[in-house]
Order: sequence, then C-alpha cells, then structure tokens
Amino acid sequence: MAVDAAQALGLWGVPLAVFGGAIRASTPFIFVSLGECLTEKSGRINLGLEGTLVMGAMGGYGVSYLTGNPWLGVLAAGLAGCLLGLLHGVVCSLPRVNDIAVGIGLMLLGTGVAFFLGKPFVQPRAPILPALHLGAWSSIAQVRAALEVNVLFVIGALLAVLLHWGFVNTRVGLVVRMVGDSADAARAMGYSVGRVRILSTAAGGFLAGVGGSFLSLYYPGSWNEGLSSGQGLMAVALVIFARWSPLRCFFAALLFGGMGALGPALQSVGVTSGYYLFNAAPYVLTLVIMAASCSPRRTLAGAPGELSVTR
Amino acid sequence: MQRTAEAVLIPVGALCAALLLFGVFMLLVGKDPLQVYALIYKGGFGSSFAWQSTLARAAPMTLTALCAAIPAQAGLVIIGAEGALLLGGLAAAAVGSSVAGAPLLVQVCMALAAMVVGGAWVMLAGALRHLRGVNETISSLLLNYIAIALFNHLVEGPLRDPASLNKPSTLPIGEVNMLGNFPGLDVHLGLAFGVVFCLLCWVLVRHTSVGFALRIVGGNVRAARLAGLPVGLLLLGACGLGGAAAGLAGMVEVAAVHGAANASLVAGYGYAGVLVSFIARHNPLAVLPVALLLGGIAASGGQLQRHLDLPDASVLVLQGIAFMTILAAESLRGKLRWFTPAEA
Repeated sequence: MAVDAAQALGLWGVPLAVFGGAIRASTPFIFVSLGECLTEKSGRINLGLEGTLVMGAMGGYGVSYLTGNPWLGVLAAGLAGCLLGLLHGVVCSLPRVNDIAVGIGLMLLGTGVAFFLGKPFVQPRAPILPALHLGAWSSIAQVRAALEVNVLFVIGALLAVLLHWGFVNTRVGLVVRMVGDSADAARAMGYSVGRVRILSTAAGGFLAGVGGSFLSLYYPGSWNEGLSSGQGLMAVALVIFARWSPLRCFFAALLFGGMGALGPALQSVGVTSGYYLFNAAPYVLTLVIMAASCSPRRTLAGAPGELSVTR
Repeated sequence: MQRTAEAVLIPVGALCAALLLFGVFMLLVGKDPLQVYALIYKGGFGSSFAWQSTLARAAPMTLTALCAAIPAQAGLVIIGAEGALLLGGLAAAAVGSSVAGAPLLVQVCMALAAMVVGGAWVMLAGALRHLRGVNETISSLLLNYIAIALFNHLVEGPLRDPASLNKPSTLPIGEVNMLGNFPGLDVHLGLAFGVVFCLLCWVLVRHTSVGFALRIVGGNVRAARLAGLPVGLLLLGACGLGGAAAGLAGMVEVAAVHGAANASLVAGYGYAGVLVSFIARHNPLAVLPVALLLGGIAASGGQLQRHLDLPDASVLVLQGIAFMTILAAESLRGKLRWFTPAEA
C-alpha cells in the first residue's frame, strides 16, 4: 500500500518531502534565530549559539534519559543555554572585549563541554518528545509523515508572534530596542546598558538551548557529536536575512529547513549524485542572501544601531 | 620594555587561569587535577616521542594561525582556515597524484596549488567584505561549511580512488613524493614551512611599508582611504596570504602525514589556529611558541584518554576555557599599575 502510494506520488514526493522537512527541520532554526534576534536587538551579537545549541541538545537528551521525562530535558536544555548566554553577556560587558571573538570562544567551549559530558549518552535511548499527527485524515503515508508536527514547532510559531508583539507594544521590548539602537540614549534614561544586554543574551541563550533539545529529543532524535550541522551559526545570518524581525525569522527558518530537506528528498527519488552539494545549499543560500542584502555604503534597514557586525 | 612584559604576561596569566579553571572542571567530574596536569606535560613535552607528536601538531597550527593573524592586521576577523586547509589539501592531493616528475618538482607544484586554492577561498570572504560589506567572520565561517561539503563531494565522487573502500580517499600521491623528515629527527619538514612562513609574515607586517599600510587599514579605514592607500587591494591581499598559509597547511598534512586527501584532514586545525592567533595577539612571531604550546596540549589528548579514561573532547574544553580567559584578560590591558609607564 505504502509502496503504491509512493509510486502514485512520483516526483510530487519531492516538494511534499521538502514541505514536511521544512516543518520538521525548521524548529531548531526558529528557536535559535529568535534567541539571536533578541540578543541582537539589544545591540550585541552572539556567534556562540552553535555551542549553546549543541550544549542544549546534550543537556536535554541527558536529563530526559536520567529522569524519563523529555519535557524536563527541554527545560534543562534551556537552562544550560541560559548559563552559556550569561557567560557570554558577562564577559562581553568587560571593557575592550570583542563580542564576535567571545562568540567563537563560546562555540569551542559549548561544543567541547557538550562532547565531554555527553560521552555516556551516545549509546542509550532516551524518551523523546511526542508528535501531533495533523495528517491522520490522509491515507498516503508521505502526507501523514509530512504533517507530523512537534509541539515545539507550535510553541516556536507562537513565540515569534509574542516576541514581535512584545518588541512593539511592551515596556521591556522598548527598553531592549533602545539599548540596541543607542546606548547613550538608554544611559540618559537611566537604564543599565550592561544589565539589559546580559539579560537579553541569557534569554537568547535559553531559546537556543531549547532549539538544541529539539535536535536530540525529536528530530533526528538521538545524541551524537555530529548532531548539529551549523544551525546555530546559520541563525546569525538568518536574523540578518530576516532584518531583525521575529515574524520574518519564523518564515526564514521555514525556508532554511526546506533547503536542508532538499538533499535527502532528492535522494529518496533516486537523485543521488551531488548529495553533499545539496547539503551545502543552506550555507550557499545564506551567503548569497547576505551578499545581496548587505551594502558597503549604508547599514542595513532595520539593523540595531549598536550592532558591531553591521557598522 | 614594560609594554612587552605586559604583552607577554597577560596572556600567560590568562593561560594559567585557564589551566586552573580546567583543574576545577576536572575536580567536578571526579578526576585529580594534578594528575591531569602531569599527563598534559608528559604527553606534550615529557619525552622525545611526546615532542615529536607535539611538533607534528604545531606545524599545521602555525600555518592556520597565520590565516587569522594576517587579515587581523587589517582589522578582519577571519575564521575560514578550516575550509582553506581542506581545499588546499585536496588540491595538493589532486596535483600530487596526477603530476609526474622529480619529487621536488611535484612537491613544489602541490604547495603552489594548495596555496592558490586556499588563498582564493579566503579571498572570497575578503571580496564579499570589501565589495558588498558582508561581515567577514560570518562569511568565512559559512565558507568553511561549504568547503566541507565540496570536499566530501569531490572525495566521494569525481576524485575518489576506487581502491579506497571503507574510507573514501583521493588517489595517493605516492611514497616518493611524500615530504621527508628533518635529518636525524622524526619530525616532518612541514614544520619548516610553518616557521619560515611565520618569519616572513612577521618581516612583512612589522618591517615593510606594505605591512605598515595594512596596519593603518586595520587601525582606521577612513584614514587609510584619505591617505590614498589601496584599501581593497590590501584587504584582498591579506586574505589571500592568510588563505595561502592555511592551504599550505593542508598540503603539509597531505604530503607529510596522510599521503592522500580524506576525512582525516577534518581535524579542527583551522579552528585551533584561530585560537593560536588570538593568544599570540595576531603577532606572526608569537604564533610560533603559542602553536607549540597548543600542539602540546592537543598531543596530550591521547594520554588523558588512555590513563584517565577522559573523552578526547577534554582538549576542546581546555581550548574553549583558554579562549574565554584570554579574551577576558584583554580588559586588564593598561589597567595594571605596575605596567603603566611613569609619565602616562
């Protein structure tokens, strides 16, 4: 039956798989890019979210294995990410410390600690997060597979809306944006620039950690050292692509997730040559988008004024 | 004099702090920190065998460090050494297995191919920066991932040696074309490449007008433009030179260690080089001792694994901690009274 359906779909299976892949693979992108967006809105860039993501994946899987509750794992992943974000925020608050360089250091440290502590969790199976079967009405296996949605995806989508609303309509959102656009103005208003940035980076780290837990607790759904393929890093470019808007971050994350699913989807219909090149598609896309949207003469529209990468 | 003392003592102090923090980490996971330190020393510098393995690791690191250090003179933070190393190594292997001739000629061709490919690769990041204003740190990092994909595609596809079954490799470059050892030592000649390249770069940066112009660009781009310096050319040149160094590191790894390009090239030397360059404060001369030190730490990973059953990621942890303390220590510069000249 399933085989018949697969043949009936034929090449239509590719866009369907890409669509399903976009939903499945985009969740870590959503969380990491929302976290990065929050951090960058406060005027600081955290290049180390890759380390945070891996740390979250390891911590989430480990805690889920030890406690038997995947949701505790998600929480632990967030807290681990929060700690790394706090470290980044505090070190960057010291005078004459470059936030880009600290990000590289954090990337090394996060992956190092995660690989170190995660060694015992490579073998065992931890309980993973349940899926919502939105495609139960269909008799075609691929459609059902494509519409299997994780709760974290829904939470991520809601979070994007919430963040967007928060930046526009709340006092906290306004303070974060002010600190990011003009530190002098924030100081004049009596806000501590350092504290706002540290808190924003820590909160961003929390989100990135949760994004990491999705990798180990849902898809691909296990812990190993090759789990992350640079999602934390691409998030930085993704936020630039989305021009620092949480809503656009969500759609950009979907696009990136779909790009990542292209290689495996083509492989499943028999296009096997160039498998690795398709893997590079999201990175090439990022680079092309950045080259197309940046300009040497002006800063990007929507960029926080204090951000070092766009100045 | 005091300035030099400060430039040396702050990173050394930060490294000591990193070792201390690493010791605390080891204590937390239930290992004896003193034993860990002893093993790091023993595995890195404790015997002639340890020295050989340290030097073999330091050789590519000196070259990949230059890939960060030279562009840093012009104010660029480039972390694309990993990609340049991979593609440089791949180019060297492709040339080495197809060019016939005297070993020396083949080796020169391999080195040139590796340097051209590595240089061009990092120049992409420099060009994007100059022409499109794309942040060079992010683009060079993305280029690393693209390079890995390209490398895998070519090694498992068009350039694959059909005889390599379990571990896809390119065709071997042949035993005669391998780089030999220093006479009487068990250390390959690739180390000399690194040392010479560092010395040349130091002379270039500190004692030529080109190097001076490069540092002006790094200090203040607008002033450099007003002075009529060819900013774009200097940025591209710095990236090209750095990339050539990293490409050469790939050639050294292929021609002196692996004999062909395969997944063993993806060993993290590129990222370690960034760390070396930052600890050396982007000074090409200081890269040499720092690479030696980090080479020793990397070489001791095996000892830690064998004797204390620690994962090989412990070296990564120590590197990460060292990076953070070194960066945090930058804020101490000029703050310590003892170092500040009396008249200031």
